Amino acid sequence: MSIEIIIDGESVTTEAGTNLVDVAAENGVYIPTLCYLKGKPCLGTCRVCSVRVNGHIIAACTLPVSEGMNVEVNAPDLLDMRKALIEILFVEGNHNCPSCEKSGRCDLQATGYELGMVVSRFPYRFPLREREVAAKHLWLERDRCIFCQRCVEFIRDKATDQKIFSIRGRGTTAQIEIDIALADRMPPEQVREAAEICPVGCIIEKGVGFNDPIGQRKFEIQSVRERALDIKDSAAESGHE
Amino acid sequence: MSKSNKNQTYSHDLPATPMDPDLQAARDEKIKVAMIGLCGCWGCTLSLLDMDEALLGLLDKVTILRSSFTDIKRIPERCAIGFIEGGVANEENVETLIEFRENCDILISVGACAVWGGVPAMRNEVQLSDCLNEAYVDSVTAVSDAIPTIPYHEDIPRITGKVFPCHEVVKMDYFIPGCPPEGATILKVLDDLINGRPFDLPASINRYD
Amino acid sequence: MKWRFISTSAEEITRKVGNKAAFFLYQQLLLDDAGRRLNTTLQPIAAMSLRIENMNNKIPKIIQRYQADQTRLLDMLWDLHHLFGYIPDDALSELANGLNMSLNDARETRSFYHYFHDRPSGKYTLYLSDTVIARMNGYQAVQAALERESGAPIGGMDPTGTFGLYSTPCVGLSDQEPVMLVDEVVFTRLTPEKVSDIISQLKQGRSPEEIANPSGLPKDDIAYVDQLVETTIHQAGPVFFQQPNDFPELLNHCLDVGPDVVIETITAAKLRGHGGAGFSTGLKWRLCREAAGAAKYVICNADEGEPGTFKDRALLTRSPQAVFMGMVLAASVIGAREGIIYLRQEYIYLKAFLEKQLQLFREQQLLGNSILGRAGFNFDIRIQMGAGAYVCGDESALIESCEGKRGTPRVKPPYPVEQGYLGMPTCVNNVETLVAVTRVLQEGADWYQSLGVENSRGSRLMSVSGDCDRPGIYEVEWGTTLNQVLSSVGAIDPWAVQISGPSGECVAVEKSGERCFGYSDLACNGSLMIFNHSRDLLSIVKHFMQFFVDESCGICTPCRAGNVDLHNKVERVMAGRACQQDLDEMVSWGSLVRSTSRCGLGGTSPNPILTTLKQFPEIYQAKLTEQQGALLPSFDLQAALMDNEQARIELTQKELNHASEAIK
Repeated sequence: MSIEIIIDGESVTTEAGTNLVDVAAENGVYIPTLCYLKGKPCLGTCRVCSVRVNGHIIAACTLPVSEGMNVEVNAPDLLDMRKALIEILFVEGNHNCPSCEKSGRCDLQATGYELGMVVSRFPYRFPLREREVAAKHLWLERDRCIFCQRCVEFIRDKATDQKIFSIRGRGTTAQIEIDIALADRMPPEQVREAAEICPVGCIIEKGVGFNDPIGQRKFEIQSVRERALDIKDSAAESGHE
Repeated sequence: MSKSNKNQTYSHDLPATPMDPDLQAARDEKIKVAMIGLCGCWGCTLSLLDMDEALLGLLDKVTILRSSFTDIKRIPERCAIGFIEGGVANEENVETLIEFRENCDILISVGACAVWGGVPAMRNEVQLSDCLNEAYVDSVTAVSDAIPTIPYHEDIPRITGKVFPCHEVVKMDYFIPGCPPEGATILKVLDDLINGRPFDLPASINRYD
Repeated sequence: MKWRFISTSAEEITRKVGNKAAFFLYQQLLLDDAGRRLNTTLQPIAAMSLRIENMNNKIPKIIQRYQADQTRLLDMLWDLHHLFGYIPDDALSELANGLNMSLNDARETRSFYHYFHDRPSGKYTLYLSDTVIARMNGYQAVQAALERESGAPIGGMDPTGTFGLYSTPCVGLSDQEPVMLVDEVVFTRLTPEKVSDIISQLKQGRSPEEIANPSGLPKDDIAYVDQLVETTIHQAGPVFFQQPNDFPELLNHCLDVGPDVVIETITAAKLRGHGGAGFSTGLKWRLCREAAGAAKYVICNADEGEPGTFKDRALLTRSPQAVFMGMVLAASVIGAREGIIYLRQEYIYLKAFLEKQLQLFREQQLLGNSILGRAGFNFDIRIQMGAGAYVCGDESALIESCEGKRGTPRVKPPYPVEQGYLGMPTCVNNVETLVAVTRVLQEGADWYQSLGVENSRGSRLMSVSGDCDRPGIYEVEWGTTLNQVLSSVGAIDPWAVQISGPSGECVAVEKSGERCFGYSDLACNGSLMIFNHSRDLLSIVKHFMQFFVDESCGICTPCRAGNVDLHNKVERVMAGRACQQDLDEMVSWGSLVRSTSRCGLGGTSPNPILTTLKQFPEIYQAKLTEQQGALLPSFDLQAALMDNEQARIELTQKELNHASEAIK
């Protein structure tokens, strides 16, 4: 059913039930995301896509649009709120970009640039989370995990459909885990998918390093905003890149 | 500004050849800029120099009181803009940073170390005792047969338990991330500030690595 | 050779080498994958051999009991817990195998809940309720006595593995704190002397049940519950705790008039959910009735986790059948065949009693097949035990937990009324709401409408604790003022009142005493904690923030990370190192957490700070400091250098050792 909604004062025609992040992108409005993957079930974990709908703050990726919605994306307080969420993710783990394999290909970093983060307003914590290196083809840099749940939900053992990645503990003591036996039988393309689906440098493929020179890395070729607004590209990405 | 005492002489208190009065007068008119390094690798300070000839265009407005070229411990007079490289890792860093804060109108964190601790802050994940032990006591590079000693002397600043971002010690006005930031990025910030434009780092030049 | 069995199950070892040798090999199971000894004390040999015995066939039996249904994982984990006293990895691995889950997947669930342990937690596991009320009533002395007498430090075991001692958030007994649970038995009004006595009896081999229930009352008897805990109802009626009830007549009547009339009555009564959100109960039932689904479910939310709240416990103790009746009525309206009471583990001592009451209900033909002889009306209720997670009070988290998973709140929409338990339309109502529904249908909408005030009809139960003469349960009609309630409970020198627990608001009696309870003013969710002028409100705020840090499920960024920073800000204020900017940041960060979090936990967790900043700005102002010079007051140079001194002292001995070796 065709409906009309308002995004930042502009009237927009779309299909009822479409995801708000997608509707906005189709109409040239960038809503940053970290956990959302077009075409996959919504995770709603990072909250970086928070916008205001009819006066209430809501994570855009969790919202199927309906007639008459009044959506605000780029109001100053919302821009700052989303930036604050990126900033708190940077202090919660150790996001040492200069020493990270994912630099230049990292959604968190690229979104930080896009949202104008130069420093975090929150105190840096420097948590100690031990890395997990026992699997043959990949390892986990746990202090970079942002608990988006992408790997937990979308990377499963092909034969049994069992979870390969999981979260242990809750709240501040939570940490990402990997089932070594299942991980060791992941086919190479699934290993790559896991490493690429990770929006930060937590899941790292062994034997692969800094393969793209500085200046030619993923988000240097095309910024995260351009990618989000380039519908054709993000549709391809949803399969997995 | 700290003064030498009878046992110590600071570099900024050493006798210097008086400057040509006309030059001094012209310089007094200019906006004074300084940069100093705390716990970092001096890469950001080199980035300042990486402005290369682009700096020439600013020199009729700006004079640089302290940089890698004039390696004085303290700035001799109040500055409009101070750039800080490196995080706070020892008591001398704290002292220097306070001195700069008190004597600069605008203070800017330059580079990952100043902004959040950077590479030196990788030690924040371990206990200081483990750190010192690894470096001095059970060190793999220890001289065999030598008695390991953790250096301790009143002239050696004591290192702090953790490496701190500058803004957790004193108020910082602006931040230029990067490891190091490009010379052109520092130039843009400097150019904006001395020409009365607001601080702005667009996504296209904002870099954390 | 000796590592060969590490990843093998104990059962397999026993089969291969026999019981006696198995124990020695079994110790190796307590080594981690890298061969490091886990930081744990081995259980005594007797317990260990018992465990080996237990392993034989027990786990397949557990799996069989629940037909290998993954959604019953929580129950199976409890069964493992009861077998071993904790949930060892090898047993969990066998269970996971039988359920076609990876071990880590099962660990996800185990590690989510407070009462599940992955390593030995003592032959007797002691949980001391750590609440602000307990801390006003001698908590510290009781904790010290427990640690001294049991030999276990908080968070660990004594060297013999007899006692495990843990702190736990509010167990719903704030009117008789300090309180501890020993396994499934609760001890109230603790004193150091009482603690010494309990521990010494346990050491003499008496079981917790024998100590708490010396006359051996049957556990399903109300007298047993009354022996363990007090249920003090100071003010009852007109809505709650009404006797007698002719439930068959009520149900017959409702079935005769039909579901639409029932919904109309509840809607006309303007009954709103008593769980917190205040959603219209009539509308919820109607949506659930209209939703399409092959099956539908009724869930009673008895996960009363809000610190300071204990009114649902009182209802389950004194009016369980009115709760069941509400569920049966809901089932008749929406068309459900199954109902679940999600009971928090802290109320485990009510379980046998509730099971018995359910049985009595079945005997009256109010549950089971062909209820009241009406063919096709089949409905029964099971009790699902929780395992310690405040966030499961959120209805979607509670559903996840009922499905055997981590209690993570779901993304909404879809709402539970459309897709809830097992993906089917589900009506989740709080204990108190279900009782109110029963009463509304007994007495009619007009009667209920005549109670309370505009927008807030009926009455509310309040769990009252803290500085007052008569802590306990009070039924308060909406529209009553705070001062009236304070006077009826005998408040002593009241200064501040925490309304609705940490997630609610803290109000100053002086400023807010004449405010009225009701959805448009003081929307009380069932608890009042009263603090007199001598109480340290900042440390209470800090305690509440620590509670939210501990209880955040961690699924969303703002709640997981933001509460930690908010908590640390309160600490900074208390340390006298905060300035005005810190207070401004607390407001701004609090607003961030409140507005961007996924569920009500993060949506309310900044409230302790935000509401005290509004009502008691002076307690913050008094602690603020002015910046002297360039150094920020929050930066503690002395502490930073003290770390250095500490490190040097730690390493001095090592230096000396090296030196003496060199001299030799």
